[in-house]
Amino acid sequence: MEQALDTTLTVNGQSVTRRIPARMNLVDFLREELGLTGSHVGCEHGVCGACTVRVNGEIVRGCLMLAVQADGCAVETIEGLSDSGELAKLQKAFHEKNALQCGFCTPGMLLAARDLLKRNPKPDREQIRAHISGNYCRCTGYQAIVDAIEEVVAHG
Amino acid sequence: MIPAAFDYHAPRSVADAIKLLGQLGPEAKLLAGGHSLLPMMKLRFAQPAHLVDLGRIAELRGISQVGNEIRIGAMTTEHELLSSKLLAEKAPLLVEGAGWIADPQVRYKGTIGGDISHGDPANDHPALMIALDASFVLTGPKGERVVKADGYFLGLYSTQLAADEILTQIRIPVPAAGSGWSYQKLKRKTGDFATAATAVMLQMKGKSVAKAAIGLTNAGPTVLKAREAEAYLAGKEINDASLNEAARLAMKICNPTPDQRGDADYKRAMCGEMTRRALQAAHARAKA
Repeated sequence: MEQALDTTLTVNGQSVTRRIPARMNLVDFLREELGLTGSHVGCEHGVCGACTVRVNGEIVRGCLMLAVQADGCAVETIEGLSDSGELAKLQKAFHEKNALQCGFCTPGMLLAARDLLKRNPKPDREQIRAHISGNYCRCTGYQAIVDAIEEVVAHG
Repeated sequence: MIPAAFDYHAPRSVADAIKLLGQLGPEAKLLAGGHSLLPMMKLRFAQPAHLVDLGRIAELRGISQVGNEIRIGAMTTEHELLSSKLLAEKAPLLVEGAGWIADPQVRYKGTIGGDISHGDPANDHPALMIALDASFVLTGPKGERVVKADGYFLGLYSTQLAADEILTQIRIPVPAAGSGWSYQKLKRKTGDFATAATAVMLQMKGKSVAKAAIGLTNAGPTVLKAREAEAYLAGKEINDASLNEAARLAMKICNPTPDQRGDADYKRAMCGEMTRRALQAAHARAKA
């Protein structure tokens, strides 16, 4: 009999309690149990960054954290961070600078970019590149993404 | 992609974790940051029946100085190493090394203890630990034992850590004032393991080397301590001739595994080059 554990966490500010199989990835829980499909599932082994979510204020790979590990944690996803307006300036800049084509990597990119700007409001291009280095984009060649983040750095 | 089924345990203290390990036996595996173990489980390279998550044990986190020793809890994350003022001041090699590990998302979760315990020669902390002359506190049912980093790593995924023990703390003697340091790492891209990397701590006396400590990443089945190069450098000035000889002596002990990062000759040459650069950079930072 596969083990499942009663797990209580906060997702985008709302308390959620579910019985979760021990081996379920956090990102699968968010997508399949809660219907929050904005966090994407790409490589599924910690390389591509598409599944990036924020846990207790730090960005993590949703595919390399078990949902049961999030017991007692505050989880934030692209849905919550869009609704709250926290990502609004970045989203506008991504739009204006054409920083996405297919959009698959965008939620993870936005979370990584926001994490950088929270810790360092005035990064240079090199620092921007370093901070999004755990997020793959197969469309843009990154140039436009760095441009968009730089736009927010320059003009707020 | 999900791992094979397992039972999950989240003890709140080291004592409880040790007790659990004893009860569950060899089918249990310790979970630290999970960024090596979980991918291995997904790929079915590992199928433990039990995971004992160390993530809820507060006593396993934190960085402090006790006497002339820096003590780091095994579950301290790479991000915490990077943001530590104490380490920046007293053991900057560790800060520089942590910055070379993977990407921000991994560094928020990945831990120094997990990196060391995994026993992967491609991980970065083993060479940093060799260069810093660190010791590890291993806690088991009979109490604690302290072992030196030099001699701890036995082979691929194999260390002195016994199945009923937990690596609980890393102890680093505060490096002598004026020591130079450098971690030089060649990698193809972010997130990749090192093609070759070298960690160096260097003490100078006047123009001559008083003491050099050199650890080599991904140059063999386990981290390598470049003993001959260290011994050779003692009393020498750092110049092209001595750098070349030290690099040659480091390359001599390399036995890298050919893979998509390069063949053995290329990796050996890059180990020599990283050693040369790390010694140069450490020398530039050292104060006699």
